[in-house]
Amino acid sequence: MSMPEAIAKVPVKVSVNGQLHTLDVEPRMLLVEMLREQLDLTGTHVGCDTTYCGACTVLLNGAAVKSCTMFAVQADGAEITTVEGLEKDGQLHPVQKAFGDAYGLQCGYCTPGLMLSTLQLLSKNQQPDEKDMRKAIAGNTCRCTGYQNILKAMRFAAQNVKGA
Amino acid sequence: MLSQLGDDAKLLAGGQSLIPLMKLRFANPTHLVDLNFIDGSSGISEADGILRLGPLTRHAEIENSAVVARVPILHDCAGGIADVQVRNRGTIGGSLAEADPSGDWAVVLSTLATQVRCLGKDGERIVDLKDFIQDAYTTALAHDELVSEVVVKIPPKGSGGAYLAFKRAAPVYPTASAAVQLTMNGDVCKEVSIALGCVGLTAIKAEEAEAALRGQPISEKTLSATAEAARAAADPQSDMRGSADYKRRLIGALVRRAIDIAVRRARGEQVEASHVYA
Repeated sequence: MSMPEAIAKVPVKVSVNGQLHTLDVEPRMLLVEMLREQLDLTGTHVGCDTTYCGACTVLLNGAAVKSCTMFAVQADGAEITTVEGLEKDGQLHPVQKAFGDAYGLQCGYCTPGLMLSTLQLLSKNQQPDEKDMRKAIAGNTCRCTGYQNILKAMRFAAQNVKGA
Repeated sequence: MLSQLGDDAKLLAGGQSLIPLMKLRFANPTHLVDLNFIDGSSGISEADGILRLGPLTRHAEIENSAVVARVPILHDCAGGIADVQVRNRGTIGGSLAEADPSGDWAVVLSTLATQVRCLGKDGERIVDLKDFIQDAYTTALAHDELVSEVVVKIPPKGSGGAYLAFKRAAPVYPTASAAVQLTMNGDVCKEVSIALGCVGLTAIKAEEAEAALRGQPISEKTLSATAEAARAAADPQSDMRGSADYKRRLIGALVRRAIDIAVRRARGEQVEASHVYA
């Protein structure tokens, strides 16, 4: 019995959290699979795999995207930020610190995505009001918190980032 | 390239509809041609009252465009599609070429004078939007053609428009939507265009509803007649988003609310509107 024909791999050059990687991936591989399975960056989660929940949110050249809804080859030449890239020299990023201080998480599954959505918001708007914050995380589903402490964390994060 | 790859090749724009469809095995293209690396395929420009949008222009870019803000109905649409992440990837050309019955752009653009430029190996042709969208998931594009530009005429002074889509949550398709673009002359509605979304195989132009409002003063009587005609024009199906009856009632309410906002905007008022969800 013959094995199914292997799919030819394609080279991808991508910067992830400031580190340049050259990888060979199947063209059908999703970005989230490349991050988790090839680079072992398992902080980016797969929640629904249907473009709904936002657990797989990463920054692609600074813009929040759902990494389950993009092929890895499409990230060729791009800069990706995942949750692992937030901490610097053992110090939590101000957004991470805010989520801890405000108890903005319970099970934590959605948290990496929420923090990256928060980071994109604060990169464009350092004084977001409640409406801006709700709009920024409308694509991130949390089934534990009821969002109140997430919004509180986002307010803390805005203060932290401003103060930093 | 598409003619070489054969019938089962597909173009990939933002991928926010196509990739989910592929995961469900509703689409099984043998080849995908990624358009995202083509320089100059996105961007918004305006000259002589004509707005030109590159096919790969992301919803987020349209949402944040100062030029587009002059046509509020376009801003309503761009700023409300799904969520931030999807708006950062999804494109206007992809949305039109996909022709999903629940898509937003075809509804809004069918209330404006919109043309779609289609580019193939034999050159470019210009198709009116009403002829471009032919059926659910079916457009006038030939297999080896792509959308090269979306061209929209900016409405005259004294015009206002609004797009309202009702959704259960941000990332899902709307349950129903209504787009209203009108021109006022004092208290009388001089010209009006009304389109309904998610309640048929394509966006529905509610011509009898338009006729009920055109040339009439804005009053309770004309608003009721217009909403009633819009309800009658809707052809919804019962599904997990709601019963057909529910969607018809929703259409009536959305049309009335959209007219109210469009009239206020036509008078120069700044009114925020967009997709509505719980």
